[in-house]
Amino acid sequence: MNPQPARWSAALSRAGFPFLLAALVAGISLLLIPGSAAAQEPPYFVAYSHAMEEPGNLEFTMRNTAASPKFGNPFGSATMEMEFGTTAWWTTEFYLSGQATGNDSAVFNGFRIENRFRPLLDEHWINPLLYVEYENVNEADRSLLEVVGHDSVQDLTVPNAIQRAETERSLETKLILSSNFRGWNISENFIAEKALNEGEPAEFGYAIGISRPFALAGSPRACTFCRENFTGALEMYGGLGTTDSFGWRGTSQYIGPVIAYSIPRGPTIAFSPNVGLNDNSLGVLYRFSVSYEVQQIFSHFHGASR
Amino acid sequence: MRHPKYSHAVGRATCLVAGVLALVLCAAARGSWPAGVPESYCRKVNPYAGQPEAIAAGGRLFADHCAQCHQPDALGKGKRPSLRSHLVQHATDGEIFWVLRNGILAHGMPSWSMVPEPSRWQIIAYLKSLGSTDDAVPAAADTRSTSSHSPVPAQGTRP
Repeated sequence: MNPQPARWSAALSRAGFPFLLAALVAGISLLLIPGSAAAQEPPYFVAYSHAMEEPGNLEFTMRNTAASPKFGNPFGSATMEMEFGTTAWWTTEFYLSGQATGNDSAVFNGFRIENRFRPLLDEHWINPLLYVEYENVNEADRSLLEVVGHDSVQDLTVPNAIQRAETERSLETKLILSSNFRGWNISENFIAEKALNEGEPAEFGYAIGISRPFALAGSPRACTFCRENFTGALEMYGGLGTTDSFGWRGTSQYIGPVIAYSIPRGPTIAFSPNVGLNDNSLGVLYRFSVSYEVQQIFSHFHGASR
Repeated sequence: MRHPKYSHAVGRATCLVAGVLALVLCAAARGSWPAGVPESYCRKVNPYAGQPEAIAAGGRLFADHCAQCHQPDALGKGKRPSLRSHLVQHATDGEIFWVLRNGILAHGMPSWSMVPEPSRWQIIAYLKSLGSTDDAVPAAADTRSTSSHSPVPAQGTRP
């Protein structure tokens, strides 16, 4: 008899199960709720573009990551994101993360809160954005939403019991540069992260993305599988070392295509297989997301008077 | 007496704050619509103007992206201005294209530069097909009416 299902069951019954169950329910709910609109941003998983959330809109996204390290247990990670357009030049976002590891356990990892600011109010060839994030996550985090410093595949093979005991509170900043040209979006992110509760040096990383919708013009008729509902992208990201040892040595690097489909009047789903580019990286990493945008969230609480 | 190192730090901080303030003031001052729209944009021609298929596609895009604020009938609501005002309906296609590309971020209108150019032109074709609700109003009164309902501000101001 294969003991794997029993181990998974035991693992999932621990602390992280409620979070993962809630995340699963939320994800399925997003697929079922009608009346949303597709968000306009490129479908990157790690990189950010200069697309801001529209003021008053609230977007829910479930980001899932799954991988099987060569010398470790397979894991699945779920991150719930809530992105709110505070103003047209300021977007704020809140994240909750959890993960389940085969033959180990399921744990809640912590939270992140970030703000993105657009300092230049007009569109330019290159549009800068400033990103500031505070994160309070334990070392068992498997979301891989950013890869910095000397993050490596070995970090993903340590048992959860050890890693969840270490919580890192850190401040992360990003300089986001993004351009739109003839339907293409090209985004470059430069990341600097400093742990606030540890004496470690600052860590650096990067993410690059390029994307384009399959069709640039809209279709005159409503159609479920029009080309304009699909977007393709390519992402590359990885660590750049620390202030003590800056560079590519000892870092992990990934690259992968992304395909996204915006269901008309429904959520957007995206899938991306990522490939590790060196021995410090996971061989293959699968990402899947479902996002749903609630337009003008506060209007649902007010009367519809004009 | 202040330590020279401290004075330098204060000086640098003051310069930084002054620079940011100057940038904000410049941004606020230069972007009036449609007066602030560059000539190159004013002359742009909508390749989809008057095409029934483009208008239909623009209507769908409008429902997805614009109706949430400007309402399905484009008449606006509260601080969200009407897109059927005289000001908008008589603006050139290029001037409206400029607003869709840049937004008016300081006043809540986001940039729609992520929506591909052909789609933005389709939205403009649809908008222009709606016609003005202000055209029966005398021109003198029109300026007053658009100040509260235009999608973008009257000349020289932001919305």
